[in-house]
Amino acid sequence: MTLLNLANPTRFLTLAQRLLPWLAALTAILLVTGLTLAAMAPDDYQQGATVKIMFVHVPSAWLSMFVWGVMSLSAFGTLVWRHPLADVAAKAAAPFGAAFTFLALVTGSLWGRPMWGTYWEWDARLTSMLILFLMYLGLIALWRAVEDPSRAARACAIFTLVGAINLPIIKFSVDWWNTLHQPASVIRSGGPTLDKSFLIPLLVMAIGFSLMFVTLHLAAMRNEILRRRIRSLQLLQASQQQPGVA
Amino acid sequence: MISLGPYAGFIVSSYAVVAVVVALLIFWVMLDYRRQKARLRDLERAGVTRRSRSGGSEAP
Repeated sequence: MTLLNLANPTRFLTLAQRLLPWLAALTAILLVTGLTLAAMAPDDYQQGATVKIMFVHVPSAWLSMFVWGVMSLSAFGTLVWRHPLADVAAKAAAPFGAAFTFLALVTGSLWGRPMWGTYWEWDARLTSMLILFLMYLGLIALWRAVEDPSRAARACAIFTLVGAINLPIIKFSVDWWNTLHQPASVIRSGGPTLDKSFLIPLLVMAIGFSLMFVTLHLAAMRNEILRRRIRSLQLLQASQQQPGVA
Repeated sequence: MISLGPYAGFIVSSYAVVAVVVALLIFWVMLDYRRQKARLRDLERAGVTRRSRSGGSEAP
């Protein structure tokens, strides 16, 4: 099925309906496997059992940035190709991005207290993540504030593309500035520095979280298409009820 | 039983927060789907249907 075929919302709904049960089942299997591996992972020689927080903190943090990346691609699709599903995809993804960023901040804070002695520090990584969270909230508010969907789509697409500047800042903040947050230990030149006993559960959890996002995103896109269909039907109903309108 | 050491509260809280937020997201998506389907059914019952069904172009 080509991208052009998927531009048809009805075809997309049919495909989503077929894929969702399989994706949900695969997500559940991966998350259960990941959680089992995480439970069996050894304690870290420095951090002890608190290293287990990494298995939920890191996938949340990765997804918080990945979702904005997906939204940036969709924004490009809205502004350049005017793909009918691009705006639907971006709008449906934003609440999940906000949720993953919130989880990254909260689990990071709960990990920071026993390891750093503080829940919060205004360092570059933590602050840029907080800015990302506020940007997600701002974007959701902007979508709700503009009533005309096509105007809202364009405004949000521009906001998203400008906000994408924050992604490299988050990623490289630990290299560019002296931060309390540790530098990258998985996605880095020279390969991961994590031991396999931590790396394998982490990757399984990351794939599980990513599939969970894909599943929820597909379901939310389906809901958004239905919402827009309802809106156009309501407009049709209103025009039919007005006397003198053909 | 897994031994989580002196910081068990922080570890359990982290997993609990993730579980609650994920459960809320799933619940919200499912509830929203039911709501949209119900609204669509109500409109169709009221006789408002898409143009595509009567041969015209399709509403998004």
